[in-house]
Amino acid sequence: MLELRNITKRFGNVLANDRVNIVVRPGSIHAIVGENGAGKSTAMRIAYGFYRADSGEILVDGKPQPIHTPHDAIALGIGMVHQHFMLVDTMTVAENIVLGAEPGTLISLDIRGAGKRIRSLSEEFHLAIDPGAVIENLSVGQQQRVELLKALYRQARVLILDEPTAVLTPQEVDEFFQILRRMREQGKTVIIITHKLDEVLAISDEVTVMRDGRVLGHRKTAETTAAELARLMVGREVLLRVQKKPAVPGRVILSVRRLSMKGRLNGISFVIRAGEILGIAGVEGNGQTELIEALAGLVGESELSGSIDFDGREISRLSARQRKELGIAHVPEDRQRRGLLLDASVAENSILGVHYREPAVTGRSGIMLDDASIRARAQRVIEGFDVRPANSELPARALSGGNQQKLIIGREFELPPKLLLVSQPTRGVDIGAIEFIHRKLVALRDSGCAVLLVSAELEEVTAIADRLMVIYAGRIVGEVDPTLATNEEIGLMMAGGSRTSDED
Amino acid sequence: MSRIQGYAKNAYPLANFLAPLRGARYTAQLMKLIRELTFPLIAILAAFLVGGILVALIGDDPIQTYALLIGSALSWPDGIGYTLFYATPLIFTGLAVAMGFRCGLLNIGAEGQLTVAAFATAWAGISFANSSAWMLIPLTCLVAIASGALWATIPGVLKARFGSHEVINTIMMNFIAVGVASALTQTYFKQQGDPILETLPIGDGAHIPRIGQIIPGIPARIPLNMAFVVAVLACALMYVFLWRTKWGYEIRATGANPNAAEYGGISVKKQIVLAMAVSGGLAGMVAINEVLGYRYRYYQGFSPQYGFTGIAVALLGRNHPAGVLVAALFFGALTRGGLFVDIFTEKVSKDLVLILQALVILFVAAEAVFRRRMGKTESQV
Ligand SMILES: Nc1ncnc2c1ncn2[C@@H]1O[C@H](COP(=O)(O)OP(=O)(O)OP(=O)(O)O)[C@@H](O)[C@H]1O
Ligand SMILES: [Mg+2]
Repeated sequence: MLELRNITKRFGNVLANDRVNIVVRPGSIHAIVGENGAGKSTAMRIAYGFYRADSGEILVDGKPQPIHTPHDAIALGIGMVHQHFMLVDTMTVAENIVLGAEPGTLISLDIRGAGKRIRSLSEEFHLAIDPGAVIENLSVGQQQRVELLKALYRQARVLILDEPTAVLTPQEVDEFFQILRRMREQGKTVIIITHKLDEVLAISDEVTVMRDGRVLGHRKTAETTAAELARLMVGREVLLRVQKKPAVPGRVILSVRRLSMKGRLNGISFVIRAGEILGIAGVEGNGQTELIEALAGLVGESELSGSIDFDGREISRLSARQRKELGIAHVPEDRQRRGLLLDASVAENSILGVHYREPAVTGRSGIMLDDASIRARAQRVIEGFDVRPANSELPARALSGGNQQKLIIGREFELPPKLLLVSQPTRGVDIGAIEFIHRKLVALRDSGCAVLLVSAELEEVTAIADRLMVIYAGRIVGEVDPTLATNEEIGLMMAGGSRTSDED
Repeated sequence: MSRIQGYAKNAYPLANFLAPLRGARYTAQLMKLIRELTFPLIAILAAFLVGGILVALIGDDPIQTYALLIGSALSWPDGIGYTLFYATPLIFTGLAVAMGFRCGLLNIGAEGQLTVAAFATAWAGISFANSSAWMLIPLTCLVAIASGALWATIPGVLKARFGSHEVINTIMMNFIAVGVASALTQTYFKQQGDPILETLPIGDGAHIPRIGQIIPGIPARIPLNMAFVVAVLACALMYVFLWRTKWGYEIRATGANPNAAEYGGISVKKQIVLAMAVSGGLAGMVAINEVLGYRYRYYQGFSPQYGFTGIAVALLGRNHPAGVLVAALFFGALTRGGLFVDIFTEKVSKDLVLILQALVILFVAAEAVFRRRMGKTESQV
């Protein structure tokens, strides 16, 4: 169906793809796995005509085809869904799908006719999307299905999905896989990039493993295991679960009382002590974002009520900057929107938040930036957190997703923090890096820092949190011991059923 | 967030944040410089090519026309002198617009800011006409900067406080500026019986020296004055401000990603006001050239839309002070050469210059498309 043959692509002196060979059989679901920066996205973008390969060829149905632009790819029946969706928020589903589908459509836009086709496609694949809905009113999962529809509408026979599950909740992932299976039944071919090995095992027929720009191996999914894939990907044995000593909690660092935000947070109270990790589990959109942003000082004071005591001091009136100065670090859930200046260099990103004080600035006036110490700081982050490529002059945009994440975490560790607010730390991050980040978080805890960890991955919170709270509809519905509670128990609480019945 | 929306929020893809931290490897810097220069240069060449075809179609000889254009702009001393003179206000307005861009703001109001500044400067020069030059020159320069800054701060505050869009507000402020300056001139500062809408002359002490008075060999009739030196210094200062100080970092961070800036403890509102003020101050410095160095008075219509040409200059100069300097010199040369083309060719008028400018901008703007084709700007996961 689709074959990449000896594809090579360089970015500057980074060899992103080195003689990559991938054969995707028709009617199969083909997974591509590999560490961050292995070259998965690059290979797929080449197949989709987004980048042009330096050498090598792409074969469709056994014939070499010149694919220079996405238009060429679409004409050959290849569709791609990027992790960051390309939808116009204020337009309807139908408008988005028709937009640019065929040249000239803008003039003779037949939205109504298109709507009918979209509806029948949506029914055929059980996507449950209304063509008249406006994008900004849809959930992330629904937007993703709109992207799928867009490709289907353009009669894609091969769908390339770049980390489609990274933004989905576990329930949404299940539904999504149902859709993919249905597509396979209808004869479509699916290529899916993911970091989650259980997903690979659950959905794919075949799997290709990449590392350092090269293809290391192909496996039939039925004939491989998570452990083997992990070893291939990382090149060594990977601990899928971090080892940690029991926590030794110290004094109370953060004490939150009846924190409320209209329609979002409802009387949240808890404490975190030095040297412990408090995990917050919950289905996304239940107030986690607001809670973390409120603690970081990014929510308007007037929208909040309740009190936040940090290290014995009421901080709910303090600005984000003042809180950082006190030692509250923050790893935001949306790294590109909140956490990075994508067009700025790694070095410039490594001082965001501390750019105005020593040692980022120098001189008696404290105004001039100090290159030497900025570079030194960037270098510490790069080395300490294994950011690749290790070049502080590169724009953050040129780093792969996982490396962007390591850059942010490294920067926040440099603060140094007394309290770390960390949200979805391993989203879109490869298993080697997940292990690494988890070890860093536990080490930070062991050094006496308090950590508040929000994650949609149940695995993650149960693995590294010392205490675990469950949030539902802006309320803490209970606390469990992560070593004892079962996933079913926690899952029930996440769905709104409370374990300790505290009806009011 | 969708990518398309992302672009729209980011608004000005040309306002790229990248600036080398000093001391990086030379070759890398050189490569980057070459990359940065390639597109503007191609744009200029393409514009001249299309312009040449137009000239030929009109029925003049393109080679001769261009020889005239370039020759008259670069002759010594008049050509160079006037080119630099015409470039001076464009350096200021180009810097002003670039400063806004760097903070994610489109300051369309440089025209109004420089109008207000020119009037205020003339007012100060008239009101304190009897002071000595030692007093008067610094005072009038300060007034030029402060009044431009103040005028720009108003839309800055409106944006920061109420979120009203700076493009609309700065355009409105342009009309108000001209109206206010004209009315005040008419009522209080006009010479009796003068048919032109202009103020009284400023005091002699406020005249800044012409370059010809300082450097022998340049005739003093050429109006090139110290304001040009100030403009070059302003370029250097702006570079230092934007890339070497923490304030510049905050402005650029705000322009690059306001959400991340906020996260980094930067007050986006403050940055908007600050960037507008600095931008307006730079626009106001046009008054130093026009009022203190050339006409020695304010008169209505003194600016042939310097503020708007400044947008083109900033665009061509990629919102970098060095680029702005070069782009302004280029535009200055075109202005100078255009006069000669107008007079000494049969059919081509000086509108050729406007066409060339427009073409350059068009081609520079097309750059984003080229870059994409070359697969350079695509973002990662
Ligand atoms: N536009 C670009 N400019 C420069 N370097 C790039 C660019 N895009 C990718 N790279 C580099 O190419 C390499 C491969 O990147 P790619 O995005 O293909 O990795 P990936 O396997 O998709 O990683 P992830 O799992 O983190 O998404 C990385 O080292 C990355 O830094
Ligand atoms: Mg990728």
